[in-house]
Amino acid sequence: MTGDALVEVEDLRVWFPVHGGGVLRRREGDVKAVDGVSFEVRRGETLGLVGESGCGKSTTGLALLRLIEPTGGTVRFDGDDVTRLDRKGLRTLRRRMAMVFQDPYASLNPRLSVGGIISEPLQIHGLHDGKAARRQRVGDLLELVGLRAEYRDRYPHELSGGQRQRVGIARALAAEPDFVVCDEPIAALDVSVQAQVMNLLADLQGELGLTYLFIAHDLSAVQHLSDRIAVMYLGRIVEVAERDELATDPEHPYTRALLSAIPVPNPAEERRRTRIILEGDLPSPVDPPSGCNFRTRCPQVFEPCPSVDPALQPVGAGTGHVAACHLHGVVGTHVEQPKAAITP
Amino acid sequence: MSTEVVLSVRDLTVSFPTRRGPAEVVNGISYDLHRGETLAIVGESGSGKSVSVMALLGLLPDSARVGGNVRFAGDDLLAASEEALRRVRGNDIAMVFQDPMTSLNPVLTVGRQVTEGLELHLGMDGRAARARAVELLDLVGIPLAERRLDEYPHQLSGGMRQRVMIAMALACDPVVLVADEATTALDVTIQAQIVDLVGRLQDDLGMAVIWITHDLGVVAGIADRVLVMYGGQVVEEADVDALYDTPDHPYTRGLLASLPVIGAGARERLTAIPGLPPDPVELPAGCAFWPRCTVRADPRCATERPPLRQIALGHRVATWDHESAATREVAT
Repeated sequence: MTGDALVEVEDLRVWFPVHGGGVLRRREGDVKAVDGVSFEVRRGETLGLVGESGCGKSTTGLALLRLIEPTGGTVRFDGDDVTRLDRKGLRTLRRRMAMVFQDPYASLNPRLSVGGIISEPLQIHGLHDGKAARRQRVGDLLELVGLRAEYRDRYPHELSGGQRQRVGIARALAAEPDFVVCDEPIAALDVSVQAQVMNLLADLQGELGLTYLFIAHDLSAVQHLSDRIAVMYLGRIVEVAERDELATDPEHPYTRALLSAIPVPNPAEERRRTRIILEGDLPSPVDPPSGCNFRTRCPQVFEPCPSVDPALQPVGAGTGHVAACHLHGVVGTHVEQPKAAITP
Repeated sequence: MSTEVVLSVRDLTVSFPTRRGPAEVVNGISYDLHRGETLAIVGESGSGKSVSVMALLGLLPDSARVGGNVRFAGDDLLAASEEALRRVRGNDIAMVFQDPMTSLNPVLTVGRQVTEGLELHLGMDGRAARARAVELLDLVGIPLAERRLDEYPHQLSGGMRQRVMIAMALACDPVVLVADEATTALDVTIQAQIVDLVGRLQDDLGMAVIWITHDLGVVAGIADRVLVMYGGQVVEEADVDALYDTPDHPYTRGLLASLPVIGAGARERLTAIPGLPPDPVELPAGCAFWPRCTVRADPRCATERPPLRQIALGHRVATWDHESAATREVAT
């Protein structure tokens, strides 16, 4: 089922400039939301991208479709460099790549009917021309996502959160994409409805042979749906592994902390296990720590961490398991040692 | 934990008038909270879990119609005057809300917000209150407490703001701390810090905690006893171990089966609960869960609301499926 790379991302950077408050609004630095991220998504697989708020996971997803312009790096989709496409090229590309957004309330136009929302991509790409053909296609799409065809005449406010998310999924699938970026598609839904949407995404993948990038903060959901998982921290990928291996043999201290922080629905196990409690908060992405950017919260920090920026390197037993951590041998780029404050 | 009851709720009902008729959000819930225990109230949005607690503190808008009986320290809170309630709130019963950004006042310093309660409830003067505020921020693990007092909420991270909220809640040594989705807006690693903090404070200070959440993982780690709410009713009440080991109500069982759990092994399809939670304006005539239920063991399910019935010591379930518990025990 899974094979060669459909999406290849290399050294992707998305920086947002920060301006001062003065008249000149001088540029004072950058928020390095995504800072040198490389990964591939293989045809037919689900790659999970997990991390906490502010780690750059959503920005990465948006940059893949160029819904945000990357500052640097390349994104190749089926061999074509997405970052160099002109408007026309982008339009063709966006037929093959789609996105499901987190908030099913904000991502549907409240003034369009469900049918209008789903047929918009059909109009843009000139698919299923003719009123009857388009109506038929909308009805088919609604049934595909588990809604009755009559829903095409309703408006978003008449639907529940789960139903809206189904409409968002139907819209994403309208132009028959190969690749779908799902950005926190279940975060806004009730617990009992989350499982419905996760099952739907899995079913559609099987039926249509889709490739997913599944972005979420909830590692349990990501682990459930993904074949492989990439863990992000402060704009970087710190670990990539097969789903089983990430759960049983995490190699990066951040991944271990993240796994240990997730409460499991089992009181006996909750009492038994010891939790790694990370100290402090996420550092500012404007001024990330030197060397390894996790070192300010890492329980296993040692000598090379502030001065060498760790590279992703093979770890563990599985193939394709990589982590960026000096505990597996110091590999990376030397950086300027942080100097002690000089008093004027 | 002791057997002393600090808060006793009986037949609590809350409804709001709407254009379509009354929305019956809480439909007769009863429970006792014991000194020092952690009671978790679990439910999805609209299940009435938050409203039921806001009601007993008199925090609902005037349009809400509240019925029943709530005893705290010998008084009926539902009959108490606004002035008496104000003495209870913040003093004896303190609350921590979901969103630490909107529940802190953005134009007041952290110090002012913490000392306000100390001056109001305990009559401290400015200097004593400030000294106590430093102690409190220390207690909840905020570094450089003295300096933080002069900062504004926007200068703090989400986790720090929630710590400030907890410090404010602890200011008057409450008997009961209500945490309403207190970690929902936080990242998991920060949630772990806060859950750990509340647990330690509870051990040190001996307060009872009502933890309102939708997260069955968090509940497993913190609760002594659990109430599961659905459609404004308690559908199951049990000790935490019994709830996860032998859940009885079809809703509880469905909810637990629908959770993805981290681990290796074949990916199994999640058992989703079909359908949607009920509309409080048009509650089903019988059991509120009936439209989504796959069991429907009794004709009364559709027509008559099942009462809570004890099936084991401390384990109560609202279902007509009386054979269920015993039959399932044999089956497993």
